[in-house]
Amino acid sequence: MRKILILAAATIGLSGVAQAADITGAGATFPFPIYAKWAEAYKKETNIGLNYQSIGSGGGIRQIKAKTVAFGATDAPLKGEDLTKDGLIQFPTVMGGVVPAVNIAGVAPGQLKLSGDIIAEIYLGTIKKWNDPKITAINAGVTLPDANINPVYRSDGSGTTFVFTDYLSKVSPEWKTKIGTNTAVQWPVGIGGKGNEGVSASVKQVANSIGYVEYAYAKQNKLAHALVKNADGNFPAPDDKAFQAAAANANWNEAPGFGISLNNQKGAQAWPITSATFLLVHAKPEKPEEVQAALKFVDWAYKSGDQLALDLDYVPLPANVKDQVRNAWKGVTDPAGKPIF
Amino acid sequence: MAAVTDTMTGPAAPVIRKTPKGTFDVVFRNASLLAALLVLVLLAGIMLSMVIGGWPAFREFGLGFITSSVWDTQNEQYGAWPAIVGTLSTALIALVIGVPLSLGIAVYLTQLAPPWFKQPVSTAIELLAAVPSIIYGMWGLFVFVPLFAAYVQIPLSNIVEGIPIVGTVLYSRSPSGLGILTAGFILAFMIIPFIASITRDMLEQIPSVLRESAYGIGATTWEVVRHVLVPQAGVSIIGAIMLGLGRALGETMAVTFVVGNANRLSASIMDPGSTIASRIANEFNEAMGLQLNALIALGCILFFVTFVVLIIARILVSRVKSY
Repeated sequence: MRKILILAAATIGLSGVAQAADITGAGATFPFPIYAKWAEAYKKETNIGLNYQSIGSGGGIRQIKAKTVAFGATDAPLKGEDLTKDGLIQFPTVMGGVVPAVNIAGVAPGQLKLSGDIIAEIYLGTIKKWNDPKITAINAGVTLPDANINPVYRSDGSGTTFVFTDYLSKVSPEWKTKIGTNTAVQWPVGIGGKGNEGVSASVKQVANSIGYVEYAYAKQNKLAHALVKNADGNFPAPDDKAFQAAAANANWNEAPGFGISLNNQKGAQAWPITSATFLLVHAKPEKPEEVQAALKFVDWAYKSGDQLALDLDYVPLPANVKDQVRNAWKGVTDPAGKPIF
Repeated sequence: MAAVTDTMTGPAAPVIRKTPKGTFDVVFRNASLLAALLVLVLLAGIMLSMVIGGWPAFREFGLGFITSSVWDTQNEQYGAWPAIVGTLSTALIALVIGVPLSLGIAVYLTQLAPPWFKQPVSTAIELLAAVPSIIYGMWGLFVFVPLFAAYVQIPLSNIVEGIPIVGTVLYSRSPSGLGILTAGFILAFMIIPFIASITRDMLEQIPSVLRESAYGIGATTWEVVRHVLVPQAGVSIIGAIMLGLGRALGETMAVTFVVGNANRLSASIMDPGSTIASRIANEFNEAMGLQLNALIALGCILFFVTFVVLIIARILVSRVKSY
């Protein structure tokens, strides 16, 4: 009997500790690898764990609205009026790039050059062949086949698709009016792959195909990428410097909740398809201590997580943006109206 | 103890019989009635929750939800037609490919195969039935799709390009190997084990005296199969095909891998498309508001389509019976 009592006491004690410690979050799949890495390091330092469910951006927004998690995560930022309506505060955590992956026999990785309007026309179905004059014009010296282009897109709703279609909407008026920007759109041509894996499997297998994936994913899976013309007319290599260059020239205060698009930003070295990923918390949370723990975690990641992010091919936010975010956290208050951070 | 002594001492003790009691019968009857009722309640419950969940979409678009081909999350316009067509056409292709093969397997195994060959093939069929559908999807995507593109789709597209009708149905603008026909193939592989093993069992159940008398009057093997076995097992074979069709209509993951996931209608069976199940699998995670309602409404339609197919099957079976 005494044994059981001790055991019970121990279990209660343990679960009590675990419950006080775990931060709960849910949402976007794109930043999941880095959130997991940060959580691991954070747990070692503070013994506070993070329980992050990567269920997709839409799911993250749903869950934070339903108040079942301390924070929600989304790749597609919410608009200002939606933030006000639901009493949410939004801020970016980390950035990444989206790259076009291609599979054309005889064309080496990084050899093919594309521009935004060419990519838009390929996905609109108006450019049908790889040896289209518009493509060959900017690819002198590259032999392109007389073959139909197989465009590949994400068939599931995805923040990556949001970033990609937002970019195409910015560079192609036709895309903007016909298709628009969303986590899933009505693709006029092409085949759909489910998840990054589905897209990259299709691109790898299907000859003469083009797809789009997150840079971290493309690099780890050694997909052949194409170069994309940026706003300054250059063709930078997609890497962390190019993503950072895109962020450096952006005006983060232009949209509420830092919800700006980093696509097609000015800068000689800026990669044109770049995006931040965002967290959402309630401005007046019912359980302020949970949100406080989440903000402390993000603060720690801002201070000590940059190298981990770079290791995984994500890009840390510029220091001044981090400070602006910390400033925005002052809007998160407990029931008494006192800021919790 | 007393009873034992009694029977030992008594000269002709009567055998004690229990009077039959109806208690257990009553309990048993009610328990099985409850089990049967549960099926009805479950079915009604699922149907009701699907209708309620999908109602906003039905109310918003009316009949247009079924007939429209637009699936635009941007402008919140939803139509189910391409997915309905995709569901029915992939299932139909699966039946066209799968049924003759299954019947061939079953007839060969029961009538023609030498015993040493029969057992391994029978076991292999049962193992195929146990392979999870996601494995079929992965095998389809990584093995079948590239081979199909290289050896069938690309050569075929080059031949039929420009030919009327055939050129429309079989030409592929982007010969990727993914598409409605590929999904039909994968589904055919998935339903073959079901149809083949049920049909085999049914053919084996047919009394051998029927076969022997047919052979006795000089019938060939083909004639025995055609005029004795198939009519005898007809009802069960249709039942087996309907089970297979049910699986083909609702199959999700394998189809999502190979169907190409295009939310648009195409005249060519080589082009990518989508089925109701694959669209739900693709979009459910991120769906909100009206889109979620539209997806549940899609599920409701799938429910209804399967229902109609089963009713048709019932009618077919009753016709075969009377004949």
